[in-house]
Amino acid sequence: MLREIWIVCRKDLTIEWRARVTLVQIVPTVLLVLVVFAFAFDANPTLLGAGAGGLFWVAVLFGAVLGSKRSFDIEAEGGNLDALRLGGLAPAAILWGKATALALQSMVVGVFAAAGLLVLFSVTVEDWLLIVAAGLCGTAAFAVCGALYGAMTVGLRSADTLLPLLLIPVAAPVLLAGTRAFDVALGTSADQGWSWTALLAVVLVTYIAVGWLAAGPLLEDA
Amino acid sequence: MALLDRFPALAGVDLSVQAGEMVCLRGPNGAGKSTLLRACAGLVPVRGARAEVLGFDLRADRRSVRRHVGLLGHRAPLYGDLRVDDQVRHCAELHSAAPAEVTAAVERFGIGGRLGAVAIRRLSEGQQRRVALACLTIARPRLWLLDEPHAGLDSSNRDALDDLLADAVTAGATVMFATHEVGRAGAAARQVLLAGGRIEEGSPTPPTIGPNDAA
Repeated sequence: MLREIWIVCRKDLTIEWRARVTLVQIVPTVLLVLVVFAFAFDANPTLLGAGAGGLFWVAVLFGAVLGSKRSFDIEAEGGNLDALRLGGLAPAAILWGKATALALQSMVVGVFAAAGLLVLFSVTVEDWLLIVAAGLCGTAAFAVCGALYGAMTVGLRSADTLLPLLLIPVAAPVLLAGTRAFDVALGTSADQGWSWTALLAVVLVTYIAVGWLAAGPLLEDA
Repeated sequence: MALLDRFPALAGVDLSVQAGEMVCLRGPNGAGKSTLLRACAGLVPVRGARAEVLGFDLRADRRSVRRHVGLLGHRAPLYGDLRVDDQVRHCAELHSAAPAEVTAAVERFGIGGRLGAVAIRRLSEGQQRRVALACLTIARPRLWLLDEPHAGLDSSNRDALDDLLADAVTAGATVMFATHEVGRAGAAARQVLLAGGRIEEGSPTPPTIGPNDAA
């Protein structure tokens, strides 16, 4: 199974390396979202600092939606998903291979979004470890969720609109817990940051469990 | 009966193909040729009928047959952003092919050298078809299923494809292909005519090259 996951993940990462969609299209879009929020809040440093954690996760979620859509669009073209299935890959291996590649790409997006926050919103980080832990759990959760719903909508004509409609509500717990953890790490809240990070981890594990159960039905007849 | 969503795309197909046989499917657009090929590959659910491919019961377990089947549809299953050598390496990993087999396939279809560093989306349709055929060769399927395999190829590559299929049959593989080109259908030992999801009675069977003749 690990070898099969690696085959799919490596293929997706090679495609990303050749096309650079994450770096050239998704990262600029995410940074643009942060800039637009800055305009919307009239460049008020107090407001932007207070909402920085939430803005980070909203921007990364947009990036995850775009990444998930792209990840499964390339499988719908020319029957590539069929070719993977004819290679004897287990549905779970396809799902986890794509989720792993998506997680790595989302983490890259997260790094750029965090850098954008530091530069554009002039926030200061009080707990880097909490930022990293919450960031890893949250982006991985977005990736797993994105892979699940990407698999569900692959090949559908309405996938462009259906994917965000399905993904964003289900990702709401990650938005909530991630924002709370980041608020603590950025010093704008005195909440229990690690408790929220633990909740992020629980949400991630839940998504993974659902993925294991749903991979077969989702990708067997996609 | 084979279902596309809930639509019974095939109903009334009674077809038995021997191992090592080359069969050509013919028929008008929408006759069910592509669906029959996909059903044989285990990619379309079969209901209310007996369907066995390479000894695998498609109603009970469609997944097991897939590893032994190679399918080339209307469009080449290639990733446009990958380079040719990336795509070939991916196919080799997917099918655990030996380096010698990969090299042979690359040389046979002339997709090595400078072409290897070109992105798939920059290739012509015929070149993409050659890459797809190389990947199919690397997969070493026991059952070759090809939908309009000659489309987009120039005459020399069409001949090369016919040679490839003849070689596959000689090696013991079974080949089923759908085509509208009467001239190319002659390479098959048997022709089957489909219409409206059914096999027409009295399908033409011209005197052609059979597996034993090819051997």
